[in-house]
Amino acid sequence: MKHLLSAADLTHEEAVRILDTAAQMAATQEREIKKLPTLRGRTVVNLFFEDSTRTRISFETAAKRLSADVINFSAKGSSVSKGESLKDTALTLQAMGADAVVIRHQASGAPHTLATAGWTSGAVVNAGDGTHQHPTQALLDAFTLRRHLVGDRGRADATGRDLAGLHVAIVGDVLHSRVARSNVDLLHTLGARVTLVAPPTLVPVGVEAWPADVSYRLDDVIGDGRPDAIMMLRVQRERMSSAGGGFFPSPLEYSRGYGLDAARIAALPEHAIVLHPGPMNRGLEISADAADSDRAVIVEQVANGVAVRMAVLYLLMAGETTTRSDR
Amino acid sequence: MTTYLLREVSPLGEEPTDVLLSGGVIAAIGEDLEADDAIVVDGRGLVLLPGLVDLHTHLREPGREDAETIASGTRAAAMGGFTAVHAMANTTPTQDTAGVVEQVWRLGKQAGWADVYPVGAVTVGLEGDRLAELGAMAESAARVRVFSDDGKCVHDPVVMRRALEYVKAFDGVIAQHAQEPRLTEGAQMHEGVVSAELGLAGWPAVAEEAIIARDVLLAEHVGSRLHVCHLSTAGSVEIVRWAKSRGIDVTAEVTPHHLILTDELARGYDPRFKVNPPLRTQRDVEAVRAGLADGTIDIVATDHAPHPREDKDCEWAAAAFGMTGLETALSVVQETMVDTGRMTWADVARVLSTAPARIGRVEEHGRPIAVGEPANLTLVDPDVRRVITPEEQATKSVNSPFRGRELSGCVVATFLRGRATVLGGQSCDEDVVVTR
Ligand SMILES: [Zn+2]
Repeated sequence: MKHLLSAADLTHEEAVRILDTAAQMAATQEREIKKLPTLRGRTVVNLFFEDSTRTRISFETAAKRLSADVINFSAKGSSVSKGESLKDTALTLQAMGADAVVIRHQASGAPHTLATAGWTSGAVVNAGDGTHQHPTQALLDAFTLRRHLVGDRGRADATGRDLAGLHVAIVGDVLHSRVARSNVDLLHTLGARVTLVAPPTLVPVGVEAWPADVSYRLDDVIGDGRPDAIMMLRVQRERMSSAGGGFFPSPLEYSRGYGLDAARIAALPEHAIVLHPGPMNRGLEISADAADSDRAVIVEQVANGVAVRMAVLYLLMAGETTTRSDR
Repeated sequence: MTTYLLREVSPLGEEPTDVLLSGGVIAAIGEDLEADDAIVVDGRGLVLLPGLVDLHTHLREPGREDAETIASGTRAAAMGGFTAVHAMANTTPTQDTAGVVEQVWRLGKQAGWADVYPVGAVTVGLEGDRLAELGAMAESAARVRVFSDDGKCVHDPVVMRRALEYVKAFDGVIAQHAQEPRLTEGAQMHEGVVSAELGLAGWPAVAEEAIIARDVLLAEHVGSRLHVCHLSTAGSVEIVRWAKSRGIDVTAEVTPHHLILTDELARGYDPRFKVNPPLRTQRDVEAVRAGLADGTIDIVATDHAPHPREDKDCEWAAAAFGMTGLETALSVVQETMVDTGRMTWADVARVLSTAPARIGRVEEHGRPIAVGEPANLTLVDPDVRRVITPEEQATKSVNSPFRGRELSGCVVATFLRGRATVLGGQSCDEDVVVTR
């Protein structure tokens, strides 16, 4: 594995290895001294063309816990209409000797272009591109699912295990969601069954090729599908206006049809857990009591994010035996 | 002026014969012709076609001479076997006045590689609101007959209706870029399985089909001539077929790239494959091939859209739409239509020369290969296969979707009024061309 661009690129073996490595990383994070010397002398650049403090801090923490040097490069405000900025920035980073570039970009495919255009020799990690992919989010979700639902429901060691037999419902704005795309790919690779739940306006044309079922009715999926986990997606309020596409008539109608509230949580199987990639719109896709219920593992997802990103950086960078001067 | 004796060439792929070009016209056709001072071209195995005519070329001058100039673009045209090109109106300034179209026409004459027929804008500044001075452009030295806001759709149905009606006065045609703007806001590629996977905003087929359907009905209502630019979907072919069966005066074009490439190519996010209208599915490719073969689609037009490297050397969303096409069009048509047995060389002459000349009301081009006709001719070797490389291209830009790919056939020679603009597969020296 040279880059991590898409969850779809991961084989079953690679995905399980990342989750196993993340479990080891998580164990080190219980210790008093959390820092490992693994990536000492290596440089990780966080290249963020789109604001995301949460994701950036998660990657930064992961790299620092592995003793890498971290450069945060925020290219926010550079316009997408003049695309030279990505190329020029990449060439600068190459000159500075970046061993890995963690990139967040508003354009789908930008990490792919960065990895394949010959602008950088470092490993490229996709930290979210447009409406395409967010593979480390999918990995941290899978890690969270495995912790709670695999190995005698989380009581025994899950090392080496995948998510076979689990049913996961992904609910909300699938059309614009890189989290949904990444999760469908990875959950399928790991053997889970996925049902996408959304109003028809928020289901992409072409979804029939995805390894997932589609439902327009959340209550049916909860009642008949008996999902082991329900993953809520963030809905952007601007999508309600006709300028934003007018994907649904009103927040109230959306909440009624697709919001997760206490009643729907009560209808879930007893062991089922609730995930959300954050930040949440409380009162729109998830009610406050649902967000704070003991089924919700949303805060834990954040912690797991650091462990998973440590595992990804470790496997991409430390697996390599050559030094920079050899290349 | 040089005399050329084309020995044993096959006009329209038929029986070999000699063809003598002298005094700018086809002077003789027959067995064992003699001419003392002629340059003799060995034409065995070569197909002779009327010089190709492109109804849809972006030459970029004035305004974007970094992408292409009239000289470089027409030289590329000659390399591709074209003797005439229609230069699209979306330049800077826009070709929306008699002055600008005359300038473009004159620059084409000066360059001397191919005749340039400027396309006039339908609306001022391509803004879709007010009709440009269509009559003044029609009466200018450039004699404009084709009007298009290409790059943009004439979206307002009233403006479209008025344009269709108005050009009847001088037998003009409105060439519509069919793209419903609201349905394609932010669109990056064909909407379907691949766009869903790549997370690129989709461009639904219906956005094209809805406008074509509306426009053929408008053309029928007002009794005008409509031309559909770069039709790309199976549904569009169906609508045009239906319109023709009703007797509506509509013609349609397909680009070479829509005859051969699909949206699967977007998977690598390589902006060379980003184009407007977008590459569609294999099903659409089959439909446009069938439509071209059965005459529903009248012509192949290149939509040659050169862009400098920096406009394509970036992430997909930031990249410009468009592909170059003049130098590969004939090869693509051969590969998809002739090599597959769908069309004869006579059909190729129709879709790449005769019909575009007729739609554009160009009298000097797209003529039969007959004694006394202007010697606007193209000589093709259909038996070679060549790999497309940017270095060998005459266009200033490098955004060919076929770079590195092998294609059938190549242009051996192009003659413009009896003068070789291309000979032996090489463009003839610019100075020679201009001074002669
Ligand atoms: Zn167009």
